[in-house]
Amino acid sequence: MNGVEGFMYPNEIALQWSVLIVLYPYITGLVAGAFILASLVRIFRVEAVRPTYRLALLTALSFLLVAPLPLQFHLGHPERSFEMYFTPHSTSAMAMFGYVYLWYLMAVLVFELWLDYRAEIVQRAQSTKGLLGLLYKAMTLGNYNISHEALELDEKIGWIVTLIGIPSAFMLHGYVGFIFGSIKANPWWSSPLMPIVFIFSAMVSGIAAVMLIYMATTKMRGLKIDVACVDAIAMYLFYTFIIDFALESLDLIHRIYEADESFRSLDFMVHTKLYIPHIVIQILLGTLTPLVLLAITQLVKLPERLRKRLYVIAGSLIMIGVFAMRWNVVIGGQLFSKSFLGYTTYKMHLISKEGLLVSAGLMLLPLAILYVLVRILPPWHEGENQVLAEGAK
Amino acid sequence: MSSFKNTGHLFRFAGLFVLAFLIFLGVRGFVVPKSFGQYGHYRGNAIVDDAARPMFYAGHQACETCHADIAATKASGAHAHVNCEACHGPQAIHALADDPTAHIPVKPDSATLCIRCHAKTLAKPKNFPQVDGDHSQGMACITCHTNPHSPAMDTAAKGGAK
Ligand code: HEC
Ligand code: HEC
Ligand code: HEC
Ligand code: HEC
Repeated sequence: MNGVEGFMYPNEIALQWSVLIVLYPYITGLVAGAFILASLVRIFRVEAVRPTYRLALLTALSFLLVAPLPLQFHLGHPERSFEMYFTPHSTSAMAMFGYVYLWYLMAVLVFELWLDYRAEIVQRAQSTKGLLGLLYKAMTLGNYNISHEALELDEKIGWIVTLIGIPSAFMLHGYVGFIFGSIKANPWWSSPLMPIVFIFSAMVSGIAAVMLIYMATTKMRGLKIDVACVDAIAMYLFYTFIIDFALESLDLIHRIYEADESFRSLDFMVHTKLYIPHIVIQILLGTLTPLVLLAITQLVKLPERLRKRLYVIAGSLIMIGVFAMRWNVVIGGQLFSKSFLGYTTYKMHLISKEGLLVSAGLMLLPLAILYVLVRILPPWHEGENQVLAEGAK
Repeated sequence: MSSFKNTGHLFRFAGLFVLAFLIFLGVRGFVVPKSFGQYGHYRGNAIVDDAARPMFYAGHQACETCHADIAATKASGAHAHVNCEACHGPQAIHALADDPTAHIPVKPDSATLCIRCHAKTLAKPKNFPQVDGDHSQGMACITCHTNPHSPAMDTAAKGGAK
């Protein structure tokens, strides 16, 4: 049969989970990572990365809004997905996740953003006219109290929300790993390390994404990149990445050492069908290279320009590497037969409901949403606000 | 009291949640079927709906009341545990009708029927009887296995292809 080597059970030949299911953990990962970066400012008081605080939250929000879309496109009857909310099923991890998602969206992200922006929202509601003014007025919820005491209270509540937000972010992404890790019929997925590996790779990709978005937006606004800020981000990126790398290696070593009945089959797959995406792209290009680059920036005193370049290269490679990791988990886990006697091939369509174009669109959509959000709620500091306000007109 | 004065906006945000929750409850009451959860995590009336659908399979007890001879042959052979309708297809229209001769089932063609279960594949348990393409030498299976209801061959023919 086309694309099949050896023996596959009939229901294994065509993959059930397409590239959209690769996108889904990738996007939720970026959300969780961006939020963790924001919490560095709020909870851990890392002042150096403050310029990215609001940007990180807005990035998290725009990606979170898009996160369920790949799943909706994957479903044959998307409208039925809402039954997950209407008839909650407490023993299904997938069903319960709907609530984790809503909680994270409304009680954590939107609430924290609202508290943080409230003063500006109120000011804008009073000064802006027209449709936009109405939007700001709606966002104030009809309360214009931005007295010193009220804002101080907001600051305190915001701190608590972030504190709750950290475990929520871990839950949000840990869940995705949990889903894969708990599929005991699939040896490529079934591992209790899965949620933890997913969380750390999520933090790495999210931090890298915010760093790149920060550098790009600052460049586009014609301003100077705050080097102390990107230095600090890169340092945290490096440390998180080391933990992530250690965990993934641990998972790998454990599999090799355990060498259960699936091992020969999986090992063969990694050396043939998955060689390029796994060994070359994920490990060599997406993990070892950026690790070495980041290590150089930490060890050697390099000039600013070169450092920034290295950050951009490392950040981009990390984004590719983490995507490859998701790809190898989701697609790789479906390429081999449960009989361990054969392998199938994944063929991605260009134009179809679950094809390349839809995926590319879904990957760009969060950036478009972010663009709109930034226009409505500029994340930059007071002084710089002016620059953007002029530009927006 | 003054400390309360500054919490107004927070109560409004909380109110938003309460409002959303009430709307959710309202919509839920409207869209979730009344019989949901009656027996389990599904619409209870689904069982009633299913019971109302026409039957297609009669079950092997039904066949045995009229075709007692075949049932006896089958019970003594290797196909003892294979249901009549596994080979003959759904026959309620024949077996449950007032006049069974109104719809006389066509005899299954052994050339396509038997390999459906006996074709050799790696996925089947090793002790299940399987044959590959060469086994029948291009003939229909019942040329040699003359009685499909008791397919093992008589002693004279035995010792052949195996
Ligand atoms: C109410 C009695 C009755 C029941 C129950 C019944 N049959 Fe029959 N069946 C008959 C009669 C009568 C004939 C036609 C006479 C004949 O050719 O032997 C027949 C004919 C057949 C034939 C075609 C025989 C041929 O020579 O072409 C097949 C096959 C058959 N039945 C299968 C079944 C199966 C399978 C069942 C169970 C789902 C079943 N029957 C249940 C009475 C019954
Ligand atoms: C392993 C598959 C198989 C099973 C199980 C099976 N049959 Fe048959 N049956 C056949 C085939 C094949 C023929 C056609 C034989 C032929 O073409 O001569 C047949 C023919 C018949 C006939 C036509 C008369 C005859 O003797 O050839 C009747 C009646 C019949 N089956 C009834 C039954 C009933 C009743 C049962 C269940 C007790 C049953 N069959 C189970 C495969 C099966
Ligand atoms: C619905 C599936 C099914 C179909 C169709 C079927 N069989 Fe069978 N067959 C079985 C099963 C089940 C057994 C019993 C296997 C066991 O005992 O482990 C069996 C056993 C046999 C055996 C006995 C093998 C032995 O080791 O003694 C022969 C011969 C055989 N079938 C031939 C046939 C022929 C010829 C046909 C077509 C007329 C046929 N089968 C159609 C399921 C089927
Ligand atoms: C040329 C005669 C012939 C034809 C045609 C034939 N068989 Fe057989 N088959 C035999 C003989 C002989 C045996 C061994 C004796 C026995 O076990 O009854 C046998 C054995 C079997 C067995 C048992 C094998 C085992 O490992 O226990 C199965 C199953 C079987 N045949 C299925 C089929 C099927 C299905 C067809 C049609 C595709 C078919 N046969 C056609 C002669 C034939």
